[in-house]
Amino acid sequence: MRRLRTLAAGAASVPITLFGLVLITFVIGRIVPIDPVIAIVGDHAPPDVIAHVRAELGLDKPLPVQFLIYVDRLLHGNLGRSVMTTHPVTTDIAHYFPATIELATAAILIALAVGIPLGVFAAARQGSRFDHVVRVLSIGGQSVPVFVLGLIFLLVFYVKLGIAPGTGQQSVIYEGMVPYVTGMHVVDAALSGQWDAFEDGLAHLALPALVLAYYSLGYITRMTRAYMIDALRGEYIVTARAKGLSARRILWRHAFGNIAVGLITVIALAYANLLSGAVLTETVFSWPGLGLYLTVSLLNADMNAVLGATLVVGLVYIGLNLLADLAYRLFDPRVR
Amino acid sequence: MSMALFRDWLLSDAPESRRQAACGRAYRGWLSLRHNPLGMAGLLTIVFLLVVSLGAPLLSTQSPDTQHLTLRLAPPSAAHWLGTDQLGRDLYTRLLYGGRITLGMVVAVVAVVAPLGLVVGAVSGYLGGLADRLMMRVTDIFLSIPQLILALAFVAALTPGITSAIIAIALTAWPPIARLARADALTIRDTDFIAAIRLAGASRTRIILRHVMPLCLPSVIVRITLDMSGIILTAAGLGFLGMGAQPPMPEWGTMIAATRGYILQQWWVPTIPGLAILVASLAFNLLGDGLRDVLDPKQT
Repeated sequence: MRRLRTLAAGAASVPITLFGLVLITFVIGRIVPIDPVIAIVGDHAPPDVIAHVRAELGLDKPLPVQFLIYVDRLLHGNLGRSVMTTHPVTTDIAHYFPATIELATAAILIALAVGIPLGVFAAARQGSRFDHVVRVLSIGGQSVPVFVLGLIFLLVFYVKLGIAPGTGQQSVIYEGMVPYVTGMHVVDAALSGQWDAFEDGLAHLALPALVLAYYSLGYITRMTRAYMIDALRGEYIVTARAKGLSARRILWRHAFGNIAVGLITVIALAYANLLSGAVLTETVFSWPGLGLYLTVSLLNADMNAVLGATLVVGLVYIGLNLLADLAYRLFDPRVR
Repeated sequence: MSMALFRDWLLSDAPESRRQAACGRAYRGWLSLRHNPLGMAGLLTIVFLLVVSLGAPLLSTQSPDTQHLTLRLAPPSAAHWLGTDQLGRDLYTRLLYGGRITLGMVVAVVAVVAPLGLVVGAVSGYLGGLADRLMMRVTDIFLSIPQLILALAFVAALTPGITSAIIAIALTAWPPIARLARADALTIRDTDFIAAIRLAGASRTRIILRHVMPLCLPSVIVRITLDMSGIILTAAGLGFLGMGAQPPMPEWGTMIAATRGYILQQWWVPTIPGLAILVASLAFNLLGDGLRDVLDPKQT
């Protein structure tokens, strides 16, 4: 019961945040210098057509009413139509989002596999040369622009060394060979048993995933190190040492075991932040995900698509933040 | 006053005035920053970037917009130290002028965001109650969308350009600062010395301005220094996506976007402005990291 109540407290602010998110996208949609009616019917439409479409979109009504219409549309899962693709924005997003999830998941797995050990060992040898190197490395990850790193990776691994494939999700010869199931190309290729397409997909995933991984590596390493330093100060560590346990066992079983809960929060936040990095990475690598969809829509002033994508990214972001908060409240006995 | 006397005055255990105490604290901070090699490297790099950006007209022999169409994409030479871009403009000159745009954007954003975040946070934390809850909900909303994506949506609505980019970045950058200042204000609010000032009859405004806000400053300064790196990256990212500074402005992100197609043959043309972004952003991160050790050791 008590546990339920702490969970409810964590979720209480979500409706207000959601409302704010919807309000922001509504306001942005209204201050756009492009008339949405003209965007649909074109410059040369007769006045009665313009008036008709305007009434159809509810744009002749006062602003508060327009906002209610907007909310009502959103609640019915209607984000409007994209001028560029002519599909409903929800269809477009459902089509492009899996590729972003594929990329972000690959990136976070790499970042965790490298970042956590780095953080743990840096904490174990605090102040050593290794610690300093890790520190510079993680600050570097937070300083390097992902699109520059992406270009440099392409230059080195694709152009100069020729060990990585170019941009996109797959090579031309596999185009249209893999059926669309989950939308995650690598998963789809594996599901359909096309192992050569799977291998090709993995190779294409490697560079963008590495770029994004380095982007979140800094945050993960730094947080792991900070938590570990805190944990290693605990008296139970002194006890474990006095008992004569091996250094490795103390480090991983006793200290790391205690910070694992805190790291769940860090991982959720890092994953949420990858969505930002994905916009730029996808543009550099022509990765057909939500980020590329967003930037292409931006350049075409396709506002329904831009606001729809912003809204969805905001939703995922809020969801992940909530998850981080709930995990923390559920598993950390000190919060209860 | 000789240097040694001045030093003693600064390091005195019993400062005689508010000013002496403040100067002494700043001096001690400087002394400990001086022994932080990474922080000092960051500081020196920032000073260097400021000098070369401000001195751009003196340090370069050409105008950033002069085109030598016969010399397109030339490799570095004595006449063009870093080569030329796709329109034959001198890359070295454009890099210097680009620093003005980038650092100018950083200054403009911080000039808005720092006072705003500090005031909102300090007032919110000190007053508490309904005002606090309202303000924190507002920051929650802004924090619920990734910074770059919110900035992109704002710029799309405002028409792309430097001014829009500054407004958009400022809109998305103040909430974290407000949250930080509020957290500090909350702990300061309940201390004995604030109670004593209140008993002495100080007004709310005076307490917030003279007593709460100065104590929120250290963590805000650290945060803003680290944020400056984020501002540089967001500004460059906006430029790269065609949503920030517009060509022919020599903004670093815009320069990369315009020349990324040449990465195969003339790889240095897009890479050089990329390195400039990296150096600038790294410098602020290193300084922020160093300042954190000096000003705010409790943060991680």
